[in-house]
Amino acid sequence: MEELSALFHGFSVVLTPFNIMLMLVGITLGVVIGVLPGLGGANGIAILLPLTFTMSPTSAIIMLSCIYWGALFGGAITSILFNIPGEPWSVATTFDGYPMAQQGRAGEALTGAFTSSFVGALVAVLVFTFLAPAVASFALQFGPAEFFSVYLLTFCSFVGTGKGNPFKIIVSMMLGFAMAAVGIDIVTGQLRLTFGFLQLLNGFHFLVAVIGLFGIGEIMLSMEEGLSFSGKSAKINPKIVLETWAKLPRYWLTSVRGCLVGCWMGIIPGGATPASFMSYGVARKMSPDGAKFGTGQLEGVVAPETAAHAAGTSALLPMLTLGIPGSPTAAVLLGGLLIWGLQPGPLLFVEQKDFVWGLIASMYLGNIAGLIVVLTMVPFFAAILRIPFSIIAPVIVVICSIGAYTVNNSMFDVWLMAFFGVVGYTFKKLDYPLAPMVLALVLGDAAESSFRQAMLISQGDLSIMWSNWLVGGITTLALLLLFWPFLQTGTAWLKAKLAQEGAR
Amino acid sequence: MARVVTVDLVVALIILALGALVVYESRELGASWGSDGPQAGYFPFYIGLLICVSSAVVFVQSVLRLRADAKAFVELGQLKQVLIVLIPTVVYVLCVQLIGIYVSATFFIALFMRLVGKYSWLRSASVGLAVSAVAFMLFEIWFLIPLPKGPVENLLGY
Repeated sequence: MEELSALFHGFSVVLTPFNIMLMLVGITLGVVIGVLPGLGGANGIAILLPLTFTMSPTSAIIMLSCIYWGALFGGAITSILFNIPGEPWSVATTFDGYPMAQQGRAGEALTGAFTSSFVGALVAVLVFTFLAPAVASFALQFGPAEFFSVYLLTFCSFVGTGKGNPFKIIVSMMLGFAMAAVGIDIVTGQLRLTFGFLQLLNGFHFLVAVIGLFGIGEIMLSMEEGLSFSGKSAKINPKIVLETWAKLPRYWLTSVRGCLVGCWMGIIPGGATPASFMSYGVARKMSPDGAKFGTGQLEGVVAPETAAHAAGTSALLPMLTLGIPGSPTAAVLLGGLLIWGLQPGPLLFVEQKDFVWGLIASMYLGNIAGLIVVLTMVPFFAAILRIPFSIIAPVIVVICSIGAYTVNNSMFDVWLMAFFGVVGYTFKKLDYPLAPMVLALVLGDAAESSFRQAMLISQGDLSIMWSNWLVGGITTLALLLLFWPFLQTGTAWLKAKLAQEGAR
Repeated sequence: MARVVTVDLVVALIILALGALVVYESRELGASWGSDGPQAGYFPFYIGLLICVSSAVVFVQSVLRLRADAKAFVELGQLKQVLIVLIPTVVYVLCVQLIGIYVSATFFIALFMRLVGKYSWLRSASVGLAVSAVAFMLFEIWFLIPLPKGPVENLLGY
């Protein structure tokens, strides 16, 4: 049980008054970010990243990861009380959460949502504790070809698990790769795709893209919808909490399914949003009360929340062990690691034990702290939502501009942020997904250099991607996921055709 | 107003052009195998190619839907709402460049609240000043991260 002693060491690293304070600050900030429209986990952390430069990496990651947990919790508040998902992964929570609030059962819905979030996260952290070291030590033997195949798997799974038009997913992803290529080529030192603009020398920084796409773009979308918040009020008192907790064990099977879906979708980069929908769908199909879903069933809140939180947590596993984030927020955390001078990947578990186990320990404590904070402070967070949008919108624009500027201390980035805002708005309206673009922008250089190294080893022969069972297996799985949507439409078309034939 | 399909079509064309640009530039850099391995344009070349192919597919898909789909991209009222936030944002960014962030932010928030939210001048100005003051304390004094400053901050000795 090497992991357990390492974990206890982690707890000893985390349990200092300063770190615990950071944890509470992080959770509270995170919930506020999760509640406000236009600020989400990814760009909230991107904006706050510069504030952590003066901290030790362990304290910094504790605060930022706690912001992330807070944002995961916070999405549920707006979904249930206002029928407005604060975060994309809490869309599925509105289906049953808001009807419950309308029936005056908001406290029950919120308690159920927070508790199942907590359970989902806890299971994912347990999986993390025991799986991550194993994955890391396994990945120590990876060569460039293996790494490229994992990158390939990451990107292909976006196409395989994404819902929209697969070509739009590919376009968005490839634009991210193209933007990542802009600037000085690290191998040859040549300038690429800068077209004579000196500002593009260092390429596009993904934090600027994240702040623009998710922050400014989201503000524009919210303005368009002309949001006026008129929500239900929530009363949470210990009695409601205890009553709800007494009901929750009934839905243990839904919880288990939610955890499984969530962990799986988090580790292969599907992310929290599809995980929450999938878990809701599965629960509706399998539950005896399935037909009543959508009318205010507690089970319909438990299913998506468990999966979203489990996925959000386990998305950090590939980020830490392989350096491959499973979600935009994990990608921003990865960017933070690089800025603090830590190289994510299997070596992190060997060289930075304090950091890694401190982070894992803080996941346990952070989620406990999160549950307490959200259960006790719901009225405060709901009050924030009642601040009119005409105050929130300019303040968020100002915060975003500060965030974009501090990335490189450059005004050019602030202009880029505004530009990315327009791109984000247009892409959202046209159903181009933004997450693949951000991930490609983050991972572009690393994916390219692993591809180049692999090609150097094999002298340009693509068959190196099938040179042993491991790399071959991952590559094949990746290609299968890539062509999954096409296979699906193909079989659906065939079935329809056969049915037609049969009818005749 | 423009329909979703039309915008879809135009955006796909713009992306197609961008992809072609990437392909062209990669060819210029050398997209083949050099004496010491893959050249600088080797990887971006295929990226550009994939952009071209997939955006072409999106383009064809929207051409096929051109007649059937009549959904509007934005309603006039919605567009107005979007511009109400977009234009001030652009003006604000321009002001940050010219006169620094703190003064611009104060005026941006105060004017937006006054003109869009119809708050009293007093309330609008105090929120604007408060946000700027908090940002100033946070960045310039506590975390020592310099933000863009202009004549007013210079006058105050920063």
